[in-house]
Formats: sequence, C-alpha cells, structure tokens
Amino acid sequence: MSIIIQNVSKAFGDVDVLKDLSFEVKTGELIALLGPSGSGKTTLLRSIAGLEVIDSGNILFHGDDTKDKTVQERQVGFVFQHYALFKHMTVFENVAFGLRVRDKKSRPSESEIERKVHELLQLVQLDYLGKRYPSQLSGGQRQRIALARALAIEPQLLLLDEPFGALDAKVRKELRKWLRRLHDELHITSVFVTHDVEEALEVADRIVIMNEGRIEQIGTPEEVYHHCANAFVYQFIGNVNLFHGRVEDKVAHFGNVSVSLPETSEQETKDTVFYVRPHDLDIHHSAPDSTAFKAKIDHVHLAGPVVRVDLTSEWGDPVHVEITQDYYLSMTFQKGMDVFVSPKDGRLFMQDYSI
Amino acid sequence: MKRHAAITEPRWIRYLLIGISILFLISFLITPLILIFVKAFEGGIGLYLKAFVEPEALAAMRLTALVVCIAVPLNTIFGLCASWAITKFEFRGKGFLLTLIDLPFTVSPVISGLIFVLLFSDKSWLGGIFYNLGIQIIFSTPGIVMVTTFVTFPFVARELIPLMQSQGIEEEEAALTLGATGWQTFWRVSLPNIKWGLMYGIILCTARAVGEFGAVSVVSGHIRGLTNTMPLHIEILYNEYNFTAAFAVSSLMVFGALVTLLIKHYIEWRMKGEKRL
Repeated sequence: MSIIIQNVSKAFGDVDVLKDLSFEVKTGELIALLGPSGSGKTTLLRSIAGLEVIDSGNILFHGDDTKDKTVQERQVGFVFQHYALFKHMTVFENVAFGLRVRDKKSRPSESEIERKVHELLQLVQLDYLGKRYPSQLSGGQRQRIALARALAIEPQLLLLDEPFGALDAKVRKELRKWLRRLHDELHITSVFVTHDVEEALEVADRIVIMNEGRIEQIGTPEEVYHHCANAFVYQFIGNVNLFHGRVEDKVAHFGNVSVSLPETSEQETKDTVFYVRPHDLDIHHSAPDSTAFKAKIDHVHLAGPVVRVDLTSEWGDPVHVEITQDYYLSMTFQKGMDVFVSPKDGRLFMQDYSI
Repeated sequence: MKRHAAITEPRWIRYLLIGISILFLISFLITPLILIFVKAFEGGIGLYLKAFVEPEALAAMRLTALVVCIAVPLNTIFGLCASWAITKFEFRGKGFLLTLIDLPFTVSPVISGLIFVLLFSDKSWLGGIFYNLGIQIIFSTPGIVMVTTFVTFPFVARELIPLMQSQGIEEEEAALTLGATGWQTFWRVSLPNIKWGLMYGIILCTARAVGEFGAVSVVSGHIRGLTNTMPLHIEILYNEYNFTAAFAVSSLMVFGALVTLLIKHYIEWRMKGEKRL
C-alpha cells in the first residue's frame, strides 16, 4: 500500500511538532524516519497510525484520505518501542489477540487461529515460546513477538516506533539485519522511526531526515550520506569538524588559511562554516600545501579499527582526525607534537543557513 | 539474610526495637481482640448464639449488608471511572479532582454525617423536594447508604490511580491498532491488568463500609430494627449493659475483619508476584 503525506501539520499546545510535511511512501518500500529526539518523527508515525490527530493536511492510504478513519479501521501493524505486549497473556494469546477481537462474521475458527499463530511464531523463529509469558522473554524476543502480533492482522502497512531502541547494541544489530531480511520476504510497506543513523543507513530503502518538525532531506542511504542537502544533515549523519570563517571577494578565510572560491556567487562579505569529516583530514609533519594549518596533538586513541587523534588548531579550536593504523605507525605521531593538518574534502555552508 | 556488622545496628538495639513493637501490639491489639471473644462467650455458647437471633440484631445485619451491597459497587464504578479519566486523559482541573477524591479521608466522619443532615433535612431546599415526593432520606436507609458511600468513595480510586499511572496507555493503544473496540480493550487488556489492585480497593472499601460508625450514627436516628447498622446496634447493646450480646455481635465483626485481612494479604501477595514477573 502506498502512503501520501500532504502538507501535514500538528501542534501540541503552543509547540508546532509537525510543520507542513509532504512526502510519499511507495508500495513495498521500507522507509526510515530519522532525526534527533524532538524532531517530530514519532508524532508523524503515530499520526499515520491514527493514534494522533493531525491539525491540517492529508494522509492518503492507496490514494484514499484517512481523515475519518479510526485506528481500528486503518488496519496498520504498529510495533511499539517498549513492545507493549499484553503482560497477562501468553505469547500465543498475544499473537492471537488481533484475530480474536474480530466480529463474529470475520473471526477465524479456533483451529484456523491456532494454525495462523504458529505460522507467525515460526516466521519470527520463536514457535517454542508460545506458552511463555512476556515477562519470561528477553528484550529481543519480546520485540519479535510484538512484530508477529502486529503481522497477525495482515496489515497493508507496518509502522515501527524505534523498534530496537530499548535493546543492547549487539541484539540491535542482529535484529535490524533480520528485519531487513523479513521485509525482503514479505514486502509489506513499512515505516520505522529511529534516531540511530547507522540503523537507518543499513536497513532502509529510503531515509526521511527530520529536524524540528521539518523534513531536511529525503533520499536513499547513499544519497543522504554522500550528498548531504544542508549543514544539519551533514552534521547529523556523521562526526564532523567545524571551521568558522568569512568569505570575502570569492576567497574564504579560516584562521591563517585562505581558500579561493572561484565558483561562489556570493558577492558580499559573509560568515561561513567549513564542515570536514574526521577521516577527510590528513596529518603531516610538514605543510603539504597552502590549505594546511598548524595544530598540536592532545591525545591519540589507538583502540579501534582507526586511530583517532585529538588536536588543537593554532587558533585554539579542537580538531578531530581519523587516520589508519598503518599510516599512524609509519608517521610516528606523538602526544604534544606540532603537526600540520590538511583537508582532503569538505563542505562549505553559508552562515545564514540556520542549523 | 545475614548482614555484616558494619552495616547493621548492634544486637541490643535490634532486640529492643523488636521487643517494643511486640509489646505494643500485644497490649493494644491482641489482648483486646482476645478479650472480645472471651467476653462474648462468657455466658456460654447458648447466650452467644442468642445475640444473633434477636430480631433487632438480624435487622442490623440485614441493613449493614444492604448498605455494603449498594455502596461498594457504586464506589467501584466511580473509582474505575475516576482513575480512568485521571490516568488516560489530559484535562484541566485534574489536580482539583484528585484533591476532591481525598476529601472524605480528611473530613471527620461526624462532619460528613452533619453535611448530609443539612443537605437533606425536611427544611432544607433539597430535602424539601424529596419530602414532597414522599421519600425520607435522613433517619432512613437512603441517608445511611449515602453517607457510607461518601465516606468510602476514595478507597477504590486511590488504589487504582497510582497503579494505572505506572502502567501507562501503551497496551491499550496496541489493542486498538490490532482492531479491538474500546469495550474489548477495557475487558481484555485494561481490566486484567488492574484486577488485583481493584480487588484490594474493593476489600478496603467493604471493610470500611461495614464498620463505619460516626457518619452513619449522625444520619441514622437510631431507630431500633429499622435504621441501626451493626456498629450502631453494638453501641446500643453496650449502653444497655448487655455486654455479652454487645461482644457477641462485635466478635462477628472482628471475625469479618480477620477474614478481610487474610484476603487482603493474599491479594498483596498476588500483586507482588505479578510485579516481579
């Protein structure tokens, strides 16, 4: 089922949580709503499910407006961050709930319910837990049961609210790979909310990046990672160094470094910020070119796949650089050493863009 | 559990505190309880049983049963509605409603009784309306039911509100997304989650409704065989120096209280078990 979000706005009291949002989810897609807390992503998800009422705009399922449809009528599968399993029911009864509450005409027979529940429990690989109670399961098992329960009503749309948010790092990673595989099997249109960039990049077909109730960028993981639409996305999607400077006569000045910008259309003098990822900075013993600046090594973190070096630039700003273990060993950098740092890549955003 | 000496009190302090507690309980609780039964059986089992077959005693027991049967269900429904409203919805005046629920706890029962006398006496505006309809409220069963309901109404709500607040509304929302109607959600999800808390509240409410004296005393008028509840009946027997009968009826109430305590203990044990899961 396709979803169209058209100019959706919502406020809680004086606070605008959704500000004129529009986008589309195609049939069978797996979409991530990514953003920091307070960006409105969960409110948007709950609005799609019908658990919140939007103030203006339209949400269309398959081209039909959902304005007058109750939660029950929308028939969406919803998975909650804290599972929301029914504590007093067994796993089996939890999954069977959506079938048992149907009216007499459409309710399947007892044997049909049993067959269906076991099929779903097999799908989430937990058929052997049917007689247990939710409190006897681990977090990862609970979330898979919650998913099986949501799938029992055969939803056309699956909504997941920070589905792995309450799990520890290792289980999270396993479960998100598993979710991706499950989606490839079932092809149910799915939207999940996350604040974990890595999770969104790994799992989603497309990512909607939200901030303060607005959409900052929509695109595939590759697009949002390599072609950030603006300063916010650039900062949110990965670690970043900020260099504040000024653009004057098509030349940008940062500390003692000047870079000419022949293509800029800026005429007047403006404040600017240069964004560079830690792995796009190099450290040298002597200045390789005019873009290099002096810095002092404060600390070297050797644990991990890359070496992380903390420095202070000659004008006093902290700088973070990531270099390979091999490069580190060949160059013999040490704490307290004066070195030169030069950027390989980066993005310039004018300061009037608010972040 | 054995604990290290450094984090616990010296032995003599522990024994002193435990000793004081036990002494206190024996002198102020257990001795009087035993005395009630001793006094009740003083005249032999025949006299003891006779106290219950008196028509006035039977009428008092019937009236108490009637009052409990009306007041407790009313307060159960009220308690469910109030705690539902307070925990599941956001609205203005929530704090005020919470304070109002506590009112019967803070006002002396005698004053509660007097308020009802003022409200429903024949000469008052409201009482006049009922008087013209031929319904007597004060010095009659309706008045007794009303004050008992008033005095006992916080019990169920007070028990449920913290429980429901700690549970939140996620399970209800999950039920709705799975297609359950509001009614189905209440019966299949909300009620099973609060059943032990609800039982606990009902037990406390019942115990108080049976034993209420002050407020009932004010509105009852003490008409023998008509408006005397069990506690009032005991008082009359006592004032007439009919100690054996007074203590016999008391022993019945004490027995009821002990059973209530047992049930309460069982429920607490179940609630704890459920929380641990």
